[in-house]
Amino acid sequence: MKRVYADEKWCLGCHLCEYNCAFANSGTEDMVKALKDKIVYPRIHIEDTGKITYAVSCRHCEEPLCVKSCISGALGIENGVIKIDKDKCVSCLTCILVCPYGALSEGDGGAVQKCELCLENSCGEPACVKGCPNRALVYEERCDV
Amino acid sequence: MSGYVIIGNGVAAVGCIEGIRSVDTDTKITVISAEEHPVYCRPLISYYLEGKTSLDKMNYRSPDFYSANNCDVVYGRKALKIEADNKTLMLDDGTQKSYDALCIATGSSPFVPMFSGLETVRNKFTFISLDDALSLEQAIDKNSRVLIVGAGLIGLKCAEGICGRVAKITVCDLATRVLSSILDNECAAFMQKRLEEYGISFMLGDTVKAFDGNCAQMNSGQQVDFDVLVLAVGVRANTALMSELGGEVNRGIIVNDKMQTSIEDIYAAGDCSEGNDISLGSKRVLAILPNAYMQGYCAGTNMAGKEQVFDNAIPMNSIGFFGLHAMSAGSYPTKEDGATIYEEKYKNGIKRFFIKDGLLKGYIIIGNVERAGIYTSLIRQKTPIDTLNIDLLKSYPSLAMFSDDIRKNKLVGVM
Amino acid sequence: MSIEFIYPEFEVIRDQSRCIGCRVCQRQCANEVHSYDDDLKILKSDESKCVNCQRCVSMCPTRALKIVKSDCTLRENANWQNNTIKEIYKQANSGGVLLSSMGNPNPLPVYWDRILINASQVTNPPIDPLREPMETRVFLGKKPDKIERGKDGKLKCNLSPQLELSMPVMFSAMSYGSISYNAHESLARAAKELGIFYNTGEGGLHEDFYCYGDNTIVQVASGRFGVHEDYLKAGKGIEIKMGQGAKPGIGGHLPGTKIVGDVSRTRMIPEGSDAISPAPHHDIYSIEDLRQLVFSLKEATEYKKPVIVKVAAVHNIAAIASGIARSGADIIAIDGFRGGTGAAPTRIRDNVGIPIELALASVDQRLRDEGIRNNVSLVVGGSIRSASDVVKAIALGADACYIATAAVLAMGCHLCRTCQSGKCNWGIATQRPDLVKRLNPEIGSKRLVNLMNAWRHEIKELMGGMGINSIEALKGNRLMLRGVGLNDRELKILGISHAGE
Repeated sequence: MKRVYADEKWCLGCHLCEYNCAFANSGTEDMVKALKDKIVYPRIHIEDTGKITYAVSCRHCEEPLCVKSCISGALGIENGVIKIDKDKCVSCLTCILVCPYGALSEGDGGAVQKCELCLENSCGEPACVKGCPNRALVYEERCDV
Repeated sequence: MSGYVIIGNGVAAVGCIEGIRSVDTDTKITVISAEEHPVYCRPLISYYLEGKTSLDKMNYRSPDFYSANNCDVVYGRKALKIEADNKTLMLDDGTQKSYDALCIATGSSPFVPMFSGLETVRNKFTFISLDDALSLEQAIDKNSRVLIVGAGLIGLKCAEGICGRVAKITVCDLATRVLSSILDNECAAFMQKRLEEYGISFMLGDTVKAFDGNCAQMNSGQQVDFDVLVLAVGVRANTALMSELGGEVNRGIIVNDKMQTSIEDIYAAGDCSEGNDISLGSKRVLAILPNAYMQGYCAGTNMAGKEQVFDNAIPMNSIGFFGLHAMSAGSYPTKEDGATIYEEKYKNGIKRFFIKDGLLKGYIIIGNVERAGIYTSLIRQKTPIDTLNIDLLKSYPSLAMFSDDIRKNKLVGVM
Repeated sequence: MSIEFIYPEFEVIRDQSRCIGCRVCQRQCANEVHSYDDDLKILKSDESKCVNCQRCVSMCPTRALKIVKSDCTLRENANWQNNTIKEIYKQANSGGVLLSSMGNPNPLPVYWDRILINASQVTNPPIDPLREPMETRVFLGKKPDKIERGKDGKLKCNLSPQLELSMPVMFSAMSYGSISYNAHESLARAAKELGIFYNTGEGGLHEDFYCYGDNTIVQVASGRFGVHEDYLKAGKGIEIKMGQGAKPGIGGHLPGTKIVGDVSRTRMIPEGSDAISPAPHHDIYSIEDLRQLVFSLKEATEYKKPVIVKVAAVHNIAAIASGIARSGADIIAIDGFRGGTGAAPTRIRDNVGIPIELALASVDQRLRDEGIRNNVSLVVGGSIRSASDVVKAIALGADACYIATAAVLAMGCHLCRTCQSGKCNWGIATQRPDLVKRLNPEIGSKRLVNLMNAWRHEIKELMGGMGINSIEALKGNRLMLRGVGLNDRELKILGISHAGE
C-alpha cells in the first residue's frame, strides 16, 4: 500500500507540509481564506532533533493500536487507510494515549484528526507530498521491513 | 464441528471474533449476549448522557458486523454453567451449546456494598451498561439532586455526563482523593478542581453510613438529601463460570499470554480476565478497553489455531473531564522501590515520569497530553532509557528522542 | 543614519492580506531578512539584508511576497550612475576591493544576439527532426590530418583519445568548495544520464563521485588542489586551467571558512586554511612549459586521456590558442568575459577580457590559417545561454560549448550574484549543511537533464531548418550565419556577412 514516507536527509524544516495539510483538509478553495489568522491544525508535524528535521504523520499501521483502542468505533481501516469518523469520535483521546508515533491530535471540531492521505479531500493525493519543495516527502509503495 | 462460542458481547468479544476471522473465515461463531444490544462500548454511556454521541452512533461496529462475520448472536441470555468435559455450556433458558473453543468475555459487574437502608431508596442506579444510562436518563431532570457514591472513573464520568442536566451533583468516596486507583493526591487534586469548577461537590474521606429514603446519613455525621442515587463504588470481574469449573481464578480469570485459562480450550479476555502487566511484572486485572480488544483478538487467533501472544499489556488511561485531560500508563514505582521520579509542574498541569531499572515504567501527564502515545510505547516496548535522548524525552514527546537509526526505522517500517 | 548609510537596493513587498504567517520566508532566508513579531503576530522584513535571491518569493505558499528594486534614488546622472556612486561609497566605507559573483552584468554587446541563423527554402529543403535521424553526437580531441593505410591497405587506427558527447554541450568547471556537494552530485548524475561531461573545477574530486568518472573531466589548476594520480585517472579527460573568463589574469581565493570537512579532505589542504590559487602556474611561463605539463599529465595517465587547456578570452587569444594547439593539448577551452564565477574582484570581472564570440571566430580562423585546426578541438564558454547560442557557436567554429551559469540556473540559482557570501539560499554556492540540503540532487539532476534535452530538441530543429542533419556539417559553417547591426570590422572578425548580403 502507498504511504507517505519522510526522508530526513532532504527535509528543510520549512513546515510547508503542515500548512498544505491544514489547507487541503480545510474544505476551502483558497489557502488565505482557510488559514489566515487561524490556528492551524495540521495532521503532519515537523520534528526537530536540533540537528535535523523531518515530518511525522500516520504510518497507517497494519496492526493499528489506535483502531484497536478506539472506544467509539470511530477509527477504522478502509483499504489499508486508517480513517476516523468524526461524527462518532467523542474525543476521549485514547488513540493519542496509544499511538507510538504521536500521529493523532485533537482537531478544531471537538474530534480527533489524523492523516487520511488526502484521498477524499479536494487534493486527492497527499498534499504534504505534493507541496514538499525538496522531495523530502514521498508517497509510494515500499516493502515493509 | 461445534464451532466457537464467546460468552459476552463486548469489546473483548469483538476482538475475539476479529481474531478468529483473521485465521478462520468459515467456522460458525456463537455469541452469548446478556444484553439486548448489539456491541457498544460501555465507556460511551457517559458521553451519551452528555450529548456527545447518540444511540445510533454508539454502535461499535457496523450493523452487518455479525452477519458479515458469520456470527450467531443469542441476545438476552446468560451462560449458567460450563461443562468442560463434554465441551458444552448451559444457558439460562436451559439450552445447551457445545463448543470446540470457548472464550469467556463476561466483563465485570458493578459492586454494590450492603448499605443499610439502601432498599428505601427509590431512584438508585448503577452506571455501567447502556440500560443503566437509559434508566438514569429517565430519572433525572433539571431539578434533580444527584448523589454519586464513588469518585472513581465511573462515578466521575457519570457526574460529567449528567452535569448539564441536573441541579446538583455530590460525589462521595471513602478515599481521600478522586480517582484514587489511578492518580496520586496531587494529580487527583487537578482533576477534582476542574470538576468543582463545573459545580460538582465532593465529600471525600467520607461515605454513606445509611440511607433513609432520599437522605443519606454520612459517616462524618453530615446528611445529604438527594433525588437520584448513583452507586459507582467499583466493579468485580465476572469469574463465576470459571471458578465453578474449578479453574484458576484470582480477582479475574487467570490467563497466560495466549489468553488460555487453566482449562483446556477455554480462553478468557477483557475485564473478567487477569493477565500479565509487564510494567508491574505480575498478573492483574487490566479493565481497560484497549486491553479488552487486544486480549480478545489474541484469544480469537489462538482459538482458531494460530499461535499468538499478547505480551505487552500495561495499564493505561486517558481520562478527561470538561476538556482537562489526564493520561497515565504503566506502574508508579516509588523512590523506595529504587525508582527515579522526574517531575515538571505547570499552572494547569503536571508531568511525571517513573524510571526504574533503566526503563520508563510509568508516567502521568495532566494538561497537555499531545502525542503521549510515544511515552506509552516506551513502556510497552521496554525501550532502554540510555538509548534515548533524555532531555528531549523530558521536554516533549517526539521521535527525536530516539537514536537516528531507531527513528529512521520507525519512520520507514510500519507496525 | 550616518555618512556610511547606503539605502537598501531592494524592497520586500509583503501583501499582509495574503500572508498566513507560516513563516516559511523566515525559515528559508539565510540572510535573516524576515522575522516574526510575536506581539503584532505579523512577519516583518529587514530589506537591508536582502540580496534578492527570490527564495522566499518562490517558497511563499500564498504568493504574498515580491521583491522590487528600491526607487529611492540619487539624482540622475548618465556619467555618475547610481551604482557607480554606491560603489564609491562602499569603498570609502571599507577601503577594500569590491567583490562580485557570477558573470559580468554590464550592457556590453552580446554578439550572439546580433547573429542570425539561416533556414532552407525551396532549393535545399529543411529536414524534419521528427522524421529524419539527426546526429548531435560530437567527439572532442585531436583529429588526424589524413587517413593512413598500412601495407595491407587497411586503415591504420592511430586516433588520439577522444571525448564522446551525445550533444555538443558540457557542464563547465565549478569546484567542490565553490559549489556544494549536492550541486556536484546533480551535475555528475545529469552528465551521466545525458552522456556528456561535467568538470570538477580546481577543488579535487570527492571520493563519492569517482563512480561518475566516465562523465567527468578533472581539472588541474594553479593551486593543484586535490591533484594526485588516482584523481587524474578518475576522469575521462584532464583540463589544465590557465585562466577563467570572469577573472583573467588573477588566481582564486576560497576563504578558509569554506575549507571544512570533506572540502578540506578533497582539496588535500588543512581545514580552515585559505585555498589560494596563484595567478600563474608557477611552473608555466611559456608554451614550452605548458607542453611539459601537458605531457606530464599524459605520461601519468598513459596517454589515455585527452588534455584540455582552458584559457580566458583575452586580446591576443588567437596567438595564444595557436601556441596551445602546438603544445600537445587535445582540446582548447576558451572562456569569454561574460563567464561566471563564485567570487571575483568587480573591476576585473567587469573590465577584463573579450567577448567569446569574437575570440572564437578569430581562434578558429587562425588555426585554420595555420593548418593546425585538426590538432585540437575548440570548446567555448562564457555565457552560452540557449540552444541558439550553441548553434551559433558551432557555426562559428566551436566543437562544443561549456555551460555553467545556465546549469546553476537549472538547479535553482536566481542570479542574485552574492555567491561570495557563502549563504546561497538555493543550496548551490554554499557549504553550510542546512543550506546544502536544500538542493536535492534527485531534483537538481532531473532539471539539468530536462534543460539539456530541451536544448537538444531545439538544436535539432534549428539544424533541420538549415537542412543540416549533423553537428559535424554545421561546424565552422559560417555561411549559416548573418550579422545584424554590426560594423564591417566586427563582421570581418566574426567571418560572417551582414544580413541581406
